Amino acid sequence: MEKILEVKDLQIDFDTFAGSVKAIRNVDFHLNKGETLAIVGESGSGKSVTVRSIMGLLANNAQVTSGSIDFKGRDILKLSNREIEKIRGNDISMIFQDPMTSLDPTMPIGKQVAEPLLIHGSMSKKKAMARAEEVLELVGITNAKNRMKDYPHQFSGGQRQRIVIAIAIVNYPEILIADEPTTALDVTIQAQIIDLMKELQNKIETSIIFITHDLGVVAGIADRVAVMYAGKIIEYGSVDEIFYNPQHPYTWGLLNSMPTLDTDSDRLYAIPGTPPNLLNPPKGDAFAPRNPYAMAIDYEAMPPFFKISDTHYAATWLLHPDAPKTEPPVAIKKRQAEFQRLVAEGKINQPEYEEEGGVKDDAE
Amino acid sequence: MRKYIFKRIMYMILTLFIIATATFFLMKLMPGSPYANQAKMTADQRAIMDAQYGLNKPVYQQYFIYLIGILHGDFGTSFQFNNQPVSFLISSRIGPSMQIGAQAIILGTVLGILLGAIAAIRKNTWVDTLATFFAILGRSIPNFVFAVLLQFYLAFKLKIFPIALWDEGFRSSILPTIALSMAPLATTARFMRTEMVDVLNSDYIELARAKGNTPWQTVAKHALRNSLIPVITIIGPMAVDLMVGSMVVENIFSIPGIGDQFVKSITTNDYPTIMGLTLLYSFMLVVVILIVDILYGFIDPRIRLSGNEGSN
Repeated sequence: MEKILEVKDLQIDFDTFAGSVKAIRNVDFHLNKGETLAIVGESGSGKSVTVRSIMGLLANNAQVTSGSIDFKGRDILKLSNREIEKIRGNDISMIFQDPMTSLDPTMPIGKQVAEPLLIHGSMSKKKAMARAEEVLELVGITNAKNRMKDYPHQFSGGQRQRIVIAIAIVNYPEILIADEPTTALDVTIQAQIIDLMKELQNKIETSIIFITHDLGVVAGIADRVAVMYAGKIIEYGSVDEIFYNPQHPYTWGLLNSMPTLDTDSDRLYAIPGTPPNLLNPPKGDAFAPRNPYAMAIDYEAMPPFFKISDTHYAATWLLHPDAPKTEPPVAIKKRQAEFQRLVAEGKINQPEYEEEGGVKDDAE
Repeated sequence: MRKYIFKRIMYMILTLFIIATATFFLMKLMPGSPYANQAKMTADQRAIMDAQYGLNKPVYQQYFIYLIGILHGDFGTSFQFNNQPVSFLISSRIGPSMQIGAQAIILGTVLGILLGAIAAIRKNTWVDTLATFFAILGRSIPNFVFAVLLQFYLAFKLKIFPIALWDEGFRSSILPTIALSMAPLATTARFMRTEMVDVLNSDYIELARAKGNTPWQTVAKHALRNSLIPVITIIGPMAVDLMVGSMVVENIFSIPGIGDQFVKSITTNDYPTIMGLTLLYSFMLVVVILIVDILYGFIDPRIRLSGNEGSN
């Protein structure tokens, strides 16, 4: 499997009046060609900052203190502004969260969709407009021909998100970054947008990084999942591995706080406590204070990634050979039993990804 | 759109009528009379004068006579300025006032928009601080101080421009234009900066950057137009303010404008001139507001549409 993007040891601080906030702490991940990688985590876990660094769209007070982002043999973090502007909207593009505010209210949508073509290509204006119309048709704007001159306020929220997607794909980017593209939409529209993205991925052969805090959405679209907490990736694996065989207590908490068909309790589970303040990140596992399974060492040392399978890694001391045997919550045990059954029946495609260089070793 | 404009014009006429009425009665409530040497006049002399100017009739009658006059295009005769008709008085002097006013508003707003935009783009840097500093200066120093300074340095010392008088055409208008443009420049710059900072933080600007636009392309294609929408609303009234003249600046440069006449007519109870100038001022204001609203529609497509719907 060919890697198209590789993020290594990324570290991003934000200078604030209160001090330096360590928003991204040693994040490693990669994106394979043609796959959809979902990055999940709660608000403030650093998902958006991570992908904005790939786009070179970090806020002014953000500082990349270490790491590299390898795209086609070049380190994006070392590119000049001009060079990264050539990549943006061309090789890598982005779908934004809120369709109601992402479009310029004073520009006709045809022009907005054609804009990336005119910026990057040597295409004539006429050709660009024709292509824009084609792409609008492709994302499901009916009667696109007659709507090219319409303004954003003349479209519904779902249609506007389709237009935002059209802008992102008009140059057939190699990587499409979707930053919570369904969060601002209602559930039926969400499903349509997810279907549209899957369909487009096949049509234009792009790789997708999908950011969300909604695990239901992840299940529908992702090939692989990375779970982020407090500026770190704490577990990653194939979508089946994360959903059916989660290992990190934080992933357990996330899965348990999502209602399923066989949730029998009236109350929805919520992870107690709040994420740590990243002005002074904890020494050990950042999740420890909220973790009922935390051990003494969780407060002392950062857990390394432990390998569960070739594709599945989790950073929790519970996986250390010397750790006492713990019983995960009942619902998680059910999931894991299901996982065993599906693997035994061969119904889960044991992922065919190979372990590659970007993956951290078991012990550090 | 035509229906909308027609409706607006009807409202304009109503507005002007109300202003004329209010001004007329307020004016009559002012103490004093139009006669400069009132103390020396006998009652008989006064009665003769009052009869000649129609001031002996009850106020409501004077009001109707005045209204009928307006409908015939007759704004009366000035009591003070050599008994000239008010319409002639205004038309012969409005030219220079409007010219320097229009020049000042164009110069001020264009530079103000640029300055404000640059300050917003370079927010919280020395550029921003400098722009703010100049904006505060421009806003807080009265225009006649600028006028005198310009006159002293550029005209008296360097002899680049004429010191005063209105006899060298455009060259005569340059210094008063600069002096008058400072206040609108400062106001526009502050307003523009605030709007632009807001716009630059919006999601569609981030999307524009994500398309691969350079920062300057982003500003030119997306930020400028969106920031201008609210700024246009303040330009209208500012423009009227300047076009009807600034008494002090006109005095300093000896410009035969209308500003100085307005003040004199009020202090001397020159009723027809007060009324004429007030109506002119109001007329220009409502016209400018209409123009601004129509312009607004051109710049902001959302308003264009709702305007149409409103008129249907």
